[in-house]
Amino acid sequence: MSIRLFVPKDACAIACGADEVVAAIEAAALRRGQAVEIVRTGSRGMLWLEPLVEVETPAGRIGYGPVEEGDVEGLFEAGLLQGGDHGLRIGKPEEHPFMARQTRLTFARCGIIDPASYKDYVAHGGYKGLERALQLGPAEIIEEVKKSGLRGRGGAGFPTAIKWKTVADAQADRKYIVCNADEGDSGTFADRMIMEGDPFQLIEGMTIAGIAVGATKGFVYTRSEYPHAIWAMEKAIEIARAHGMLGMNIGGSQHSFDMEVRMGAGAYVCGEETALLDSLEGGRGTVRAKPPLPAHKGLFQKPTVINNVLSLVAVPHILADGAQKYMDFGMGRSRGTMPIQIAGNVKFGGLFETAFGITLGELVNDIGGGTASGRPVKAAQVGGPLGAYVPTWQFDLPFDYEAFAAKDALIGHGGIVVFDEAADMVKMARFAMEFCSVESCGKCTPCRIGSTRGVEVIDRIASGEKVEQNLVVLKDLCQTMKLGSLCALGGFTPYPVLSALTHFPEEFGDTPRRLEAAE
Amino acid sequence: MPHYEPWSEERARTVIGEFAHLEGPLMPMLHAVQETFGHVPDAVVPMLAEMLNVSRAEVHGVVTFYHDFRHEPAGQHVLKLCRAEACQAAGGDALAAHAEHRLGCKLGETTADGRVTVEPIYCLGLCATAPSAMLDGRIVARLNERRLDALIAEAQS
Repeated sequence: MSIRLFVPKDACAIACGADEVVAAIEAAALRRGQAVEIVRTGSRGMLWLEPLVEVETPAGRIGYGPVEEGDVEGLFEAGLLQGGDHGLRIGKPEEHPFMARQTRLTFARCGIIDPASYKDYVAHGGYKGLERALQLGPAEIIEEVKKSGLRGRGGAGFPTAIKWKTVADAQADRKYIVCNADEGDSGTFADRMIMEGDPFQLIEGMTIAGIAVGATKGFVYTRSEYPHAIWAMEKAIEIARAHGMLGMNIGGSQHSFDMEVRMGAGAYVCGEETALLDSLEGGRGTVRAKPPLPAHKGLFQKPTVINNVLSLVAVPHILADGAQKYMDFGMGRSRGTMPIQIAGNVKFGGLFETAFGITLGELVNDIGGGTASGRPVKAAQVGGPLGAYVPTWQFDLPFDYEAFAAKDALIGHGGIVVFDEAADMVKMARFAMEFCSVESCGKCTPCRIGSTRGVEVIDRIASGEKVEQNLVVLKDLCQTMKLGSLCALGGFTPYPVLSALTHFPEEFGDTPRRLEAAE
Repeated sequence: MPHYEPWSEERARTVIGEFAHLEGPLMPMLHAVQETFGHVPDAVVPMLAEMLNVSRAEVHGVVTFYHDFRHEPAGQHVLKLCRAEACQAAGGDALAAHAEHRLGCKLGETTADGRVTVEPIYCLGLCATAPSAMLDGRIVARLNERRLDALIAEAQS
């Protein structure tokens, strides 16, 4: 009898050697004359355990990780196929403390199903949201999303239902759904994992959005750095079409919706929604002044819903299980769950989906296990290159849009990058400015010129040149960028810079020792 | 190692033509041109401008806006090292310096023998298993000096 094994096809697993492990398993099984079926899944999100090999046993799926090519023979000898004991055995993955502490809604299927299997998707609750959406009709769908309290997961936290309502009310011959999958923030990979591990869920979410606002065409705009996600998405779109779930008369209804994947070309600013639209149209990815809002004049000047991957994949759950259930998770005005990504210098990095309200300290120390280097944690940058560096003494901060904003920090796309005490905060502040200057679209002066001046000023500070005066200049410059930039790139670059400066002032040379050295 | 075709106007027309039916076709067309020829040659700009009924300046503006599009062909192998924050936190700086030293060229340059182009990349989305790299489209995580040396040796062979 053929034994089923599961090995992720997630880019992270592949980068850690999953394909080589699969080949080694096939060879080892062949040598023993044992028939095996290897299902390539997405990742469970316990990324430090990748490649995580799972075997189906009568007691459930048993995991082993991280498995290297050279471990496979030993695993077979230890009875891998029967779930036998081995140093790498972690037991049932869902019972692992990292998993057991999570509330998985959008990532419920990720790592469990075959992302290219329509049957798997449906068997695990897929398309239940669309089914109910078709019963409810457009107005009721928007009402349900509104009741759930869902806010945009891309970073801005804008209520999703308000966007949808605006587009639904707009009169036009054509409307679009655009999924912002341009996940450029360092420390984030949730969009990638969804596209690679559960792509039908995104298709379902976009289809529901299309029905809700009367759009018939959708685009997923993602990054050229994500080839695996593009393949997985395109394959799933093809399969959905073959099952009548994309195209004309979806699921036998009178609604039509189709979609395609588009690839960026290495421009970070295209993650900004209006720059993304310009790029999709075939232009330079320059930011548009608002108004007009994309909801009124978006892609090709037509009313457009533009939502992040994580916002769209929350929708099928809201529809399938009802708004109230989703609303019950979270705190304050941050409702539902947030897929948080723990990365950088961290022991147990991965994807942790949980209700809002968990503290940063729990995430970094308890769940992430502290640094991988073993040195003490110094700070965590939350929310990507535009997010603040949060020092350890603020680790009691709960994950909540408003709580973070109150501390001059942001949740962004939910990425946490952990730094140990070796981190040079002046260098990190300089990097933030440099990144902004390289990636600026050039449309507004505070961002284009301000970031270049920012690098120069930080260089002067680092070399001890008129430190006190230059610090005043730097703070003033940050203020100008914050208030005067057209979009979040220039507007939020001051967050990492000022947070580094506020929390680690001594590193910026504002100490007698450095001043002396400068003289 | 990626194999690219020598420039041919006729071939370029065919490659571009495949995307003519799309809404907003310029980006997919540019990607296809680069995939075919290894870079975006100047000669393709007027062709695109004519086909899309826009000015050459507009097409040129788009080509030069995006980091991905190459004006000149790269070396035989392209090694991209992630230089974003998560990889920096996990020791990426030292690895980038090591690669520059081993290859004898800076990030963004090609070795004198034309074999290897080494470039920074800003995030491969493998941030929990940092540092990361990409060699000719193949991704590698948990990079350390030993693994990087192996990648460099592979690129130089």
